[in-house]
Amino acid sequence: MLERIYKAQKLMDAACKKLGRQINIMEVCGTHTVSIFRHGIKSTLPKGIKLLSGPGCPVCVTNQSYIDSVLELAGRDDYLIATYGDMIRVPGKGGSLETKQTKVNVKVVLSSEDALQLAKDNPDKTIVFVAVGFETTTPATAVVIKEAAAENIDNFCILSGHKLVVPAMRALLSDKNNNIDGFLCPGHVSVIIGYGAFGEIVEDFGRPCVVAGFEPLQIIEGLGEICQQLAADKPELKSIYTAVVTKKGNTAAQKIIDECFEPANGYWRGLGMIEKSTLKLRDKYSRFDAFKRFDITEIPGEDASGCRCGEVLCGLVEPPECGLFEKSCTPDTPVGPCMVSSEGACAAWFKYGGNRTAGNQDGRV
Amino acid sequence: MCLAIPARIVELEKDNAVVDAMGNRYRAKTTLLPEVKLGDMVLIHAGFAISLVDEEEARQTWQLLAEIAEFDQTPDKISG
Repeated sequence: MLERIYKAQKLMDAACKKLGRQINIMEVCGTHTVSIFRHGIKSTLPKGIKLLSGPGCPVCVTNQSYIDSVLELAGRDDYLIATYGDMIRVPGKGGSLETKQTKVNVKVVLSSEDALQLAKDNPDKTIVFVAVGFETTTPATAVVIKEAAAENIDNFCILSGHKLVVPAMRALLSDKNNNIDGFLCPGHVSVIIGYGAFGEIVEDFGRPCVVAGFEPLQIIEGLGEICQQLAADKPELKSIYTAVVTKKGNTAAQKIIDECFEPANGYWRGLGMIEKSTLKLRDKYSRFDAFKRFDITEIPGEDASGCRCGEVLCGLVEPPECGLFEKSCTPDTPVGPCMVSSEGACAAWFKYGGNRTAGNQDGRV
Repeated sequence: MCLAIPARIVELEKDNAVVDAMGNRYRAKTTLLPEVKLGDMVLIHAGFAISLVDEEEARQTWQLLAEIAEFDQTPDKISG
């Protein structure tokens, strides 16, 4: 194993020397972010390699007006809000779902199936499922939409906050000031969409895209592969997470997503409106669409005063550059979603100390 | 949030399964993986099997998850 790490480190060293400048690699997956911090991977990298945590945490990228809409619905006695635990502490207008949970109408579910079951068990209530997540999570929502339609469970609806990873990567690269040299692509999103889906990033923007798993060796080898491509000036599409990722992905899951959802323009925290980057229910399932049922319109969101989550998500600043970090904003008293979610870059910096112990970059605290 | 956990299918009826991950058993749906069979090792995400996975990969992931769980028991901040 050590030999493989040394080999990847040599590739990174060689790329730094060849390019003669800092190399910026972005991971677009919250699980990668946690693994990178958890294993101290930054401290093993050459000085010239900088890792940026991109918009890979679904909770973090969810637009503030979506959060506020959920909180507003949670205030109604005839509704039951079903949410994944990840969303429960995100602050918004008048508190968070956690503070509203003292009321009995907010339920944490582990699966979309549990949310649908709540609808079956509570026929006198309307169940609103807070459907967030990237392509990994979307098929689970689609399955229950079809089930609800087949069984005519009309007291069930979803507020779709589902998002697509590739349009966000395109949006980041379309900003002329971006400094991203390559992407460590998400492992489990790729299980669904297939690593072939990142081909357009390589072709249209000339950036290496490498899918890796979550073990430290996979991540380090993925970074090595990206650097090798950069040194050779041959950006390519590659997956080294061969245990579960194929080029085509899970076609059954893709089919069910497509049956239920269509891409729509939508808002992201930090990135603003991105064309065809979110998923809305198709017309034939519109009776389960909470946006339509409650006449909710998404508006561009604004971060809480002083919170720089938006810039963190674009890789423009690191969490310690935010004036609130570790002061008013901590995991116990989060101001922004990147501190709320355990997968958020701010929470990871707080918990694992960033790379300050290693002092391999600028030693910023 | 895209975390997926390897688990073995120990019961299967249509697309309703019971899976075993590190000794914990829970219900999961196999709707997204129609070809799955009893005894297969699969990745479970949010209650759904999303992919087949080999034994070695599963073992490594379980080890990683156990390490993270152990680390999460530690206080919220490492001095440094």
